[in-house]
Amino acid sequence: MEELFKERLRQSRIKILETHYKAGAGHIGSSLSCIDLMGTLFFKEKTNADTFILSKGHAAVALYVCLFITNEITEEILASYYKNGTMLPVHPPPLKFAGISFATGSLGHGMPVGAGMAKARKLKQDAASFIYVLMSDGETNEGSCWEAAHFAVKHKLNNLIILIDKNRLQGFGKTDEVLGDTSSVDQWRAMGFEVVEVDGHNSHEITTAIQNFKKTATTAPKLIIANTIKGKGVSFMENKLEWHYLNLTTAQYQQALEELTKNSA
Amino acid sequence: MRREFCNRIEQLGERDNKVIFLSGDVGFKALEGVQKIFGERFINMGVAEQNMISVAAGMALEGYKVFCYSIAPFIVYRCLEQIRNDVCFHNLPVFIVGNGGGYGYGIMGPSHHALEDLACLGGLPNMTAYIPAFDNDINYTLETILAESAPAYLRLGLGKYNPLLTPAGFFHPVVTPLSAQVTVAALGPIANNVLEALENPAIKDKADVFSVTKLPIKELPQSFVQSIKKTKKLLVAEEHTSVGGLGQSLASAILKENILLNSFISLTSQGYPEGLYGNQGYHQQKSGLDAQSIGKLLESL
Repeated sequence: MEELFKERLRQSRIKILETHYKAGAGHIGSSLSCIDLMGTLFFKEKTNADTFILSKGHAAVALYVCLFITNEITEEILASYYKNGTMLPVHPPPLKFAGISFATGSLGHGMPVGAGMAKARKLKQDAASFIYVLMSDGETNEGSCWEAAHFAVKHKLNNLIILIDKNRLQGFGKTDEVLGDTSSVDQWRAMGFEVVEVDGHNSHEITTAIQNFKKTATTAPKLIIANTIKGKGVSFMENKLEWHYLNLTTAQYQQALEELTKNSA
Repeated sequence: MRREFCNRIEQLGERDNKVIFLSGDVGFKALEGVQKIFGERFINMGVAEQNMISVAAGMALEGYKVFCYSIAPFIVYRCLEQIRNDVCFHNLPVFIVGNGGGYGYGIMGPSHHALEDLACLGGLPNMTAYIPAFDNDINYTLETILAESAPAYLRLGLGKYNPLLTPAGFFHPVVTPLSAQVTVAALGPIANNVLEALENPAIKDKADVFSVTKLPIKELPQSFVQSIKKTKKLLVAEEHTSVGGLGQSLASAILKENILLNSFISLTSQGYPEGLYGNQGYHQQKSGLDAQSIGKLLESL
């Protein structure tokens, strides 16, 4: 079981690289930074009754690849990514795939929508399922996240599990330098969230955090702050702002492929 | 109109436990009954309109039909992206209720007015705007919104109960005298001002009056087409800016139908032409939308 899970994580990293390279599309750094979080959900912890929202929509390739590996998106559809006439634009589209419960692309929408779903499940007295929302650390600049945070605490949405992909880089600068750290443990704990900090590339830590959250008896909404590395696994991409945007040359692709194959082995 | 709205919502709350009512921290002396009847399905969302719309979208994804209620400008402009991306893109049954459309909040000033709400929402995919004219439009409108189960904006204004009128559509004749020389199309509650203007015996039978309470207009009704072909004069009145309102919609629809008119007059809200403020009646007068101004205009036609 654990072997299959690790193999799927390895495959998804390589598939992300291949998809970005073939399409000539940017945002690869964002996909590589959160694939361990998403993979842990899609290949291990998320049940069919649970819902996942990718609030940082610019990491859509990671989501598409997870759905490819879990057989919801075909090879042919995935290969159409970024091309004219595709169902897979750079940010997740509405009303196309069951695994894409909500279309995003503008930051600060996933958390309040997830909070609404979590509240609705409380009203329906559905205590068996969870809502997962994956955000970026830069995304917590958005005021709408904080509106949703107040709502989630007030309504005791302990069925809401937020994951922050904290790679410390945002659109045009380091997160610490742009507005300061808006995804600090202290801030979110002070809001009333139950917070745990993990290494966002350590699937064992991620799994343990999620399993513990599912078991806790507290009424607080949950937050996993995952310390991650933008462009994780590729030496020339790691922690580099430009890999939010750049496309890969053939030589870069081959080097990246070699490194990802070796690092994940 | 708000009283009538609250009464009908209370009935809905009792009838259907899949309806949720969210308020943006407003409703003093109005929503207390709704709150009581809806119980845990009534939520005061606080002063956080963006969150209110997104939460509503999340609830709608879970099978609920969700009303979001606030003062019209607050629930349209602040959260336009949430309405567009979360509600409209996903075609969800989230019903946005804006109280006090147009100059409804009068002396509260321009922050509290909604003069371009229909322009903002009108271009969004899957969105339908309802602008009831009379209190007796409310029930029919609410039943339609629920049955359509798609994004909707309900703009509440100041309407009267009109005992002569049984609403049978969203673009329908209110008065059609045989001697009509001009056709009037009124958007929402401005129809009340038009009818008041026509109480003047000098112009009593001068105009066919149509009440328009839904945008966009998909098709011109035959009764309206016949009227404008007969009178060749159309006066459109609306408490909304000229951009994206009823006048533009009708002009375009009439052109498409190849109907030639001798006269097309569009009365719209003019904003704050002198930079001065007053109650709703004051602002209507400054824009030529009060009963007296409309009456004078009709006399001259």
